[in-house]
Amino acid sequence: MLLITCPWCGPRDETEYHYGGQAHVPYPENPADLTDEQWAEYVFYRDNPKGPFAERWMHSTGCRRWFNVLRDTASYEVLAAYRLDEPRPGGTR
Amino acid sequence: MTTESLPEHPDWLWRNPDPRPSYDVVIVGAGGHGLATAYYLAKNHGITNVAVLEKGWLAGGNMARNTTIIRSNYLWDESAAIYEHALKLWERLPEELDYDFLFSQRGVLNLAHTLQDVREGMRRVSANRLNGVDAEWLEPDEVAKVCPILNVSSRTRYPVLGGTFQPRAGIAKHDHVAWALARRADEMGVDLIQGCEVTGFLKDGDRVVGVETNRGRILAGRVGLAAAGHSSVLAERAGVRLPVQSHPLQALVSELHEPVHPTVVMSNHVHVYVSQAHKGELVMGAGVDSYNGYGQRGSFHVIEQQMAAAVELFPVFARAHVLRTWGGIVDVTPDASPIIGTTPVENLYVNCGWGTGGFKATPAAGWTFAHTIATGEPHPLNAPFALERFTTGALIDEHGAAAVAH
Ligand SMILES: Cc1cc2nc3c(=O)[nH]c(=O)nc-3n(C[C@H](O)[C@H](O)[C@H](O)COP(=O)(O)OP(=O)(O)OC[C@H]3O[C@@H](n4cnc5c(N)ncnc54)[C@H](O)[C@@H]3O)c2cc1C
Ligand SMILES: [Zn+2]
Repeated sequence: MLLITCPWCGPRDETEYHYGGQAHVPYPENPADLTDEQWAEYVFYRDNPKGPFAERWMHSTGCRRWFNVLRDTASYEVLAAYRLDEPRPGGTR
Repeated sequence: MTTESLPEHPDWLWRNPDPRPSYDVVIVGAGGHGLATAYYLAKNHGITNVAVLEKGWLAGGNMARNTTIIRSNYLWDESAAIYEHALKLWERLPEELDYDFLFSQRGVLNLAHTLQDVREGMRRVSANRLNGVDAEWLEPDEVAKVCPILNVSSRTRYPVLGGTFQPRAGIAKHDHVAWALARRADEMGVDLIQGCEVTGFLKDGDRVVGVETNRGRILAGRVGLAAAGHSSVLAERAGVRLPVQSHPLQALVSELHEPVHPTVVMSNHVHVYVSQAHKGELVMGAGVDSYNGYGQRGSFHVIEQQMAAAVELFPVFARAHVLRTWGGIVDVTPDASPIIGTTPVENLYVNCGWGTGGFKATPAAGWTFAHTIATGEPHPLNAPFALERFTTGALIDEHGAAAVAH
């Protein structure tokens, strides 16, 4: 079981959280200008790395707030947990 | 229930050749799908200058880890067509391959526990029948006749309100399926190469011309990816992005028991699937872990929930001991349907996204993928499952429709 640290509540078991997929996926700036390919990219395509991955989690049975986690998808090590208004540690995305 | 002894261990079933410098077709991944593709390339298309490259051991991926449920009671026409084609192939494969892999058509029951489940189930039965797929709606007393150890009392937390039944569905001995396909492919000249990991692709402009492996470069006229959970990691190295997410999915077995469980029972609402293997283990599966992962292990709380569900449905299992748990990595698409077809890179073909349910499709996946690779064009059965559907919006949305909840 993963041990994830909510930025507000501290470390809790995985079962307290809800998973939200890849983090830092911005809504298109000019939606009206997007091609079908770009819409497909935005709606359906997400990164799927074997290694560090920035993803969203929600503390559903706690403070009910969303935040981001940097986690290694191969080792399952939680590398960092940070608020939505903070940048991905060690990178820009 | 059948209690025949299993076929012998097959050290002698295929050669273990070293890779040759070039092939007409290289398939990446010797799971069921890769092996079936090689088999049908040789059998249906006469293409035998083929290598199947496997980073681990033959059929040691999801092929060795799945709960072997075979059924074709999918909702949408496109899915019913391809899974029913698979089921028809399953029905003749033991004889065709001359290998008894214990394909057992003991039926699959999909239980309904809510009014919405009931309506969904009845709708699916009608859709199945329109597509020539055998399906019945069973009331709780009829459910109990099919599987007497099921608790159909109305005094449980989520009572069984009925269920759909597909009598032709069932299970097969997965390892033996792989070995049966491998033996025939090998006999027809296909090189099955284990311990050979594809690490990159050789390209000439926008065309793939071979693969880089830990055992050197191998040239290929065409390359087919059948790498299941690792499809997107691999495709990315060829410059192709796939709309799949890899999730851990786990299963477990109990110690051996006398034959008590005559069919396959699936329940989405309380989320457990149970069958009894030929040897006697209870084989149980449940949902995927919600998060992406490649760790080949699943979360403990999933086991806890599936055991609670199993014991409520089957009180007789309360004292059964878990013998073994394991996990595989499945690739899930946004519409829970597979992707089989061409890619933006010429001569590179992809078979992926079967998620939690690709074992049942093994023969049809091989049949259609072989056709696509041999002709450069999709077969009518896999044409709807092209990568382009995510751009055109012609999704085959089997989430919640496919009689499976993940
Ligand atoms: C716990 C569990 C239960 C399941 N239950 C069912 C079920 O009841 N019914 C059902 O229909 N389906 C089920 N599935 C799904 C089914 O197992 C898969 O959809 C199916 O096996 C995928 O096709 P495959 O057999 O070719 O994949 P795999 O057997 O995983 O084959 C892919 C192969 O590619 C190899 N590979 C990956 N990358 C490389 C590389 N770079 N170079 C060389 N080789 C590589 C892997 O080692 C692997 O052997 C289940 C899966 C799991 C994990
Ligand atoms: Zn919190």
